[in-house]
Amino acid sequence: MSHTLSRRDFNKLLLSGVAASAFGILGSSNTAFASSKRVVVVGGGFGGAAAAKYLRKLDPSISVTLIEPKAIFYTCPFSNWVLGGLKTMEDIAQTYSALKNKYKVNVIADSAVAIDAVRGTVKLKGGQVIGFDRLIVSPGIDFKWDTIPGYSESVASAKMPHAYQAGPQTVLLHNQLLAMKNGGRVFICPPANPFRCPPGPYERASLIAGYLKAKKPLSKIIILDPKEKFSKQGLFKKGWERLYPGMIEWRSGSTGGKLVKVDAATMSLTTEFGVENADVINIIPPQKAGKIAFDAGLTDATGWCPINPISFESTIHPGVHVIGDASIAGAMPKSGFAASSQGKVAAAAIVRLFQGKVPAAPSLVNTCYSLIGPGYGISVAGVYKLTVEGIVEIPEAGGLTPINADDDQLREEANFARGWYSNIVQDTWG
Amino acid sequence: MVVKLRVWLTVCAFSSVALVSGNAALAAKDSGGSKPAKSAQGKQVESNPRGQVLALSCTSCHGTDGKSVGIIPSFNTRSSAYIEAALKGFKSGERYSTVMGRHAKGYSDDELRLIANYFGKTSNNK
Ligand SMILES: Cc1cc2nc3c(=O)[nH]c(=O)nc-3n(C[C@H](O)[C@H](O)[C@H](O)COP(=O)(O)OP(=O)(O)OC[C@H]3O[C@@H](n4cnc5c(N)ncnc54)[C@H](O)[C@@H]3O)c2cc1C
Repeated sequence: MSHTLSRRDFNKLLLSGVAASAFGILGSSNTAFASSKRVVVVGGGFGGAAAAKYLRKLDPSISVTLIEPKAIFYTCPFSNWVLGGLKTMEDIAQTYSALKNKYKVNVIADSAVAIDAVRGTVKLKGGQVIGFDRLIVSPGIDFKWDTIPGYSESVASAKMPHAYQAGPQTVLLHNQLLAMKNGGRVFICPPANPFRCPPGPYERASLIAGYLKAKKPLSKIIILDPKEKFSKQGLFKKGWERLYPGMIEWRSGSTGGKLVKVDAATMSLTTEFGVENADVINIIPPQKAGKIAFDAGLTDATGWCPINPISFESTIHPGVHVIGDASIAGAMPKSGFAASSQGKVAAAAIVRLFQGKVPAAPSLVNTCYSLIGPGYGISVAGVYKLTVEGIVEIPEAGGLTPINADDDQLREEANFARGWYSNIVQDTWG
Repeated sequence: MVVKLRVWLTVCAFSSVALVSGNAALAAKDSGGSKPAKSAQGKQVESNPRGQVLALSCTSCHGTDGKSVGIIPSFNTRSSAYIEAALKGFKSGERYSTVMGRHAKGYSDDELRLIANYFGKTSNNK
């Protein structure tokens, strides 16, 4: 029940070699009680921005440089609300001014193109080379473009948006929905596990249904899913029946959900069961760690980055920490909440490592709220502990909104979803 | 390169065992009551590292330092005793919640106390 890591377990974890790199400080040129404490953070999303802020907050003697090409970061959380017409793009725009001005993070608007983990340098697209004593990499996801015949990056940017990195892709999908005729057919095609934000496609279907029911009630949403089940399935299906009866159809992998190919010219999809004509097609392709993680040799055969769960330090390159969607964080889902939580854990660990101390065993937490309608919220929560097997969920904790939750509770959860958003963006960028 | 890394990791594994045996940071009970220390710069150093690392999760919903900007309750002005009692109430189910009970059940009473000590309004640790 308790998720304190016992001394014995912790020693086992260390000896397993998996954790050993957390203490790289002892064997590297970065000596204990380091006089030079330079941390470079690559990526200013949920993981990277939280890590940068908390490094400065927990130890102002650490100098922190954040590399992020975008001046405005549009959050994926609440981007489905934009698609449903409940929020605008301005509502989900975050900037780096508080990190710069309040926390004195050196924010550089550029991309990292190469990492030399041995020398401790990052090279930027603009040519600059920056030295670090420790590096945090939080590049999010990249897409596997070549897994569906007929689909490609250019098809995604012109005709079949993924809208799974918020920004122009969100706007494109939103505009397609606004332009669609009443009676149109919207297809949402999620990938197999693991992928960013497991409830994301289903919240998306819900909020698009909310828009269509009000403005284009003859329309339909069909979810073509390679999976046999999905996150918060019972709660979503119940909500769909209550709010949007007959409007959303979910097809599992064994009932025609698997895509065989797509055709952008005719706007059609082929499944194992036949051809479907569509008005709007939202393909969410399979994913892997962001490109820089591959270029830096931080990934393993899975396409994600193995880490030591105490400090999120790479098990491949000591001194380099990988957090967020790109990391292999055991039972934790790929969520903004998880990324931010991991960023803070990595920051606290780095503070201690610079002091020549062992990081404290963290607990990790996640809550994913999903909105089914403006006053109808549901959630899944999890608390995670460290064991020799890595990050595992504590079975006594966490879980879903009760399936028989009454309307007051569902409304309260919808309000908490809004409250969560306000606070996480403040805790990460503010 | 790979071989070099492996040798290096092994060295680190051994040196770190020695380090751990002399360090109390991991045992919740040990770290709860330790005294604040001064760093070389004369700044207050956190004396509750485990409480800190557990507590950092809370701020994603409750705001930095427990100061919420939205509808979710703040606890930045609460005492450690108040926070500890609330967390234990959520854990036992005595106190109604939508999601807090689901979180509090993931912690031992000692861990809830460390979190409460970290956030309590008189704490210097934040
Ligand atoms: C539709 C949708 C809804 C979602 N809803 C929720 C939700 O309600 N709750 C929740 O918790 N999560 C949600 N998520 C998931 C959440 O968005 C991700 O899990 C989270 O963004 C991961 O954080 P990250 O730091 O790993 O990556 P990101 O937040 O994607 O940040 C990565 C950053 O790295 C930058 N970058 C990449 N490569 C480089 C480089 N070489 N150099 C410099 N910078 C680089 C990118 O520009 C980007 O800004 C949702 C996702 C989607 C798609």
